[in-house]
Amino acid sequence: MTDDPLSVPYRERERSVTMEPMGADDDLHEELFTLNIGPHHPATHGVLRLLTTLEGEVVRDIKPIIGYVHTGIEKSCEDQQYWKVITFVERMDYLAYYFNASAYCMSVEKLLEIEVPDRAQYLRVIHMELNRIASHLFALATGALDLGAITMLWWGCRDRDLVLDLFEMSSGQRMHPRYIQIGGVFEDIPPGWVEKTRKFLKLMPTRLDQYEDLLDRNEIWLERLKGTGVISQERALELGVTGPLLRATGHPWDLRKAMPYSCYEQFDFDVPVGHHGDNYDRFKVRMDEMRQSIRIVEQALDGLPEGDHITTDRKVALPPRHELATSMEALIHHFKLVTEGFRVPPGEAYTAIESPRGELGCYVLADGSAKPARVHMRDPSFVNLMSLPDMARDSLIADFIACVAMLDPILGGVDR
Amino acid sequence: MRPRGRKPRGGNSKLPDATGLELIAQRIRTSLGDEAVTGTTYYREQATVDVAPEAVHDALEYLSRADEEPWTRLSSLHGVDYLPEEPRLGVHYQLLSMERCDRLNLRTRVGADDAHLPTVIDLFPTADFQEREVYDMFGVVFDGHPDLRRILLPEDYTGYPQRRDFPMGGEPVLFTFNEHKYPRWYD
Repeated sequence: MTDDPLSVPYRERERSVTMEPMGADDDLHEELFTLNIGPHHPATHGVLRLLTTLEGEVVRDIKPIIGYVHTGIEKSCEDQQYWKVITFVERMDYLAYYFNASAYCMSVEKLLEIEVPDRAQYLRVIHMELNRIASHLFALATGALDLGAITMLWWGCRDRDLVLDLFEMSSGQRMHPRYIQIGGVFEDIPPGWVEKTRKFLKLMPTRLDQYEDLLDRNEIWLERLKGTGVISQERALELGVTGPLLRATGHPWDLRKAMPYSCYEQFDFDVPVGHHGDNYDRFKVRMDEMRQSIRIVEQALDGLPEGDHITTDRKVALPPRHELATSMEALIHHFKLVTEGFRVPPGEAYTAIESPRGELGCYVLADGSAKPARVHMRDPSFVNLMSLPDMARDSLIADFIACVAMLDPILGGVDR
Repeated sequence: MRPRGRKPRGGNSKLPDATGLELIAQRIRTSLGDEAVTGTTYYREQATVDVAPEAVHDALEYLSRADEEPWTRLSSLHGVDYLPEEPRLGVHYQLLSMERCDRLNLRTRVGADDAHLPTVIDLFPTADFQEREVYDMFGVVFDGHPDLRRILLPEDYTGYPQRRDFPMGGEPVLFTFNEHKYPRWYD
């Protein structure tokens, strides 16, 4: 390799297939074969390209090639006021939008040193945990589809829709709701939302039992998941793997427990772990996490405190609508916030939360203006993807598809 | 449900505090020499050690292996451009101790013209993609990285878009009618 890696001509580096005729004395049984899986392939969960080296049907090496949905969100954020950035970061990991917005808002709140009211913290937790259920359901649905269980796709999407209905009711949007704001949440929950959520929470465990009846006794499902894609705990830690993938290896690392944020320290929940670190454990950990999320939401609804849903600091949060008609000050604040935004004192903050896929960290650099100088997301999918070659090496190509399914990378988060 | 205690702010624990940070900096100085640490910052309950660019690898090796309170995990590695300041580019190493549930940020600064840093992939294999991303976005070359190529942008891309002086704006979409206007595609 030369000093400047960019000096190598385009496409030269990845050339793997040659058109040269095969020699008569070549041993055809020991030939390595390069297969390009993706970027457009349904089993790669987005536009993920995997340069796979095969020997017969055995995977010898995988190189993930990413960047196909890189849209420069982090760069775009630098040109937006702080409160407008939320819209951008929500579109990174597009199945865990509440988490992206939370991580970003918590970083900015840290820089601004504002307190978030209790009720807002609870509402954040409720929405994040519902989002975790939705995200795990979709992971399970598409993962099962990769393994040929198409019923699970319909069932998973059916029940994820119930969560999206709740999001729509509380924030007006099914996806990317921009519900979590700096200083709290956008709006208090509407009347009837708690009852609707409780109905869902009562229904969901029966649905989870249904999935387990469908999958957990299914010979094909078990054969394809048990003992495949094993990664040791030590290797997972070295590679920075977090979330359900790490917990499946038996390491009980969960930021909600280890470094509680929002108000997670007030809830009673367990951290499910696996034993072997194989695909089956990943599936089980996700199933159990959904049950724990239900527990958390139930407790949060029971203990939902009264009070403000967003900070009363008018320099940061918009004044309530009714004040605009009567208060001149409110009108000025509203005008200033909408036109210029608020300024954040210079400094930098890194906040990490537990997203459905692992540690989601958000780094914000403020330079004293109304726009952030840098927003960086440490996306768990991006880091977890590094473990794919280790999982799938020396296994069958069918098992490697199961690995991608259970790894659950979200390419919007990987490429940002 | 547990009784409500005081909320920890912002999601991260509070140690090391300012004193703990100074002790860590002092231990790095003792083991690597005084010029290795260029400063410490304690801001909003976050501890940051500034390290000279040539000492990054040694400092991380010391902190992750030899220190009495080791920081065994690298949770995030990212770049940042402090444009008006010099040296301009910064690289952050967010260290994590899973035993003590604690974070430490190690920061180094390099100039934009000749940005070179030693790779830490031998200490933390998780740095692989993340160093490639910093190289891709900021042009910091990590010496010793086995496969340092662009990761998110196309391989024939020129420039480092996350630098603050890189212009904001859309990339033209290539169609047959306008591809002659962008000769780079043929090169």
